[in-house]
Amino acid sequence: SEAKSGRTDLIFLIRFRHCCLLRNQRCLLAYLYDRLLRIRALRWEYGSVLPNAIQFHMSAEEVEWFNQYKKSLATYMRSVGGEEGLDLTQDIKPPKSLYIEVRCLKDYGEFEIDDGTTILLKKNSQHFLPRWKCEQLIRQGVLEHILS
Amino acid sequence: QAWLNEKFAPELLESKPEIIECVVEQLDHMEANLKRAKRGDLKVSVHRMEMERIRYVLSSYLRCRLVKIEKFFPHVLEKEKSRAEGEPSILSPEEFAFAKEYMANTETYLKNVALKHMPPNLQKVSLLKSIPKPNLDSFVFLRVLERQENILVEPEMDEQ
Repeated sequence: SEAKSGRTDLIFLIRFRHCCLLRNQRCLLAYLYDRLLRIRALRWEYGSVLPNAIQFHMSAEEVEWFNQYKKSLATYMRSVGGEEGLDLTQDIKPPKSLYIEVRCLKDYGEFEIDDGTTILLKKNSQHFLPRWKCEQLIRQGVLEHILS
Repeated sequence: QAWLNEKFAPELLESKPEIIECVVEQLDHMEANLKRAKRGDLKVSVHRMEMERIRYVLSSYLRCRLVKIEKFFPHVLEKEKSRAEGEPSILSPEEFAFAKEYMANTETYLKNVALKHMPPNLQKVSLLKSIPKPNLDSFVFLRVLERQENILVEPEMDEQ
């Protein structure tokens, strides 16, 4: 409607305003996108269930995005490795040994390992366990890898 | 080899479904063998270790690809769309589905949170233009396969 007035000097004003709007749009989208990238990183670090403190900082749409993302990821991982799929969030570092020494940082309860035996994870107890079973718990902060 | 190439190349390389299938089959095979083996057999530990290593390489390779897909998603999808008939695909069918879902998810999010509240002429944004493209000018490592004389190293080179 401003263009209808036909005055050429207004055109510059319109263009300037448009540039400002575009810049604002870019800033806004950059901020939102950056948040999404961080939320994505959370899935890889914490697993499918986010700690409440973090969820509290997320908007409803971000939670929705996160849920969609982890669903997509789960579908993909399932399609990859044979019957059960391959959990890509495991084996982040090259394996150095089969069994590792871990210390329990908080009370976790019973934990079953491959050959059927269960271990009671109580705070401050130490165990010598298969590495692949511990990875998730180490990331969640339940176990601590002891490096001698 | 595919793993190293993927790790060091700045863009997403061709998808290698045959290799992945082969490796997965090997792992399943080894797992089945181990289940039948006697307990306490020394070979079990060695084989398990081998399996862990293989699983690590496979995971790392697939993770690397996923990271690149997520990072460059509009370009990856565009490249796949404009691919000629005989050309090999850079995405496996599952990766393609994942990429499309990722794109739809992100677009929906941006639209609902920001774009639909903006003035009408700003409501569309081209992700293809906004998201950075892979830097094809970044340096890569090359291994020479055959002796060649007088090769001029041009400014643009792709991985080996």
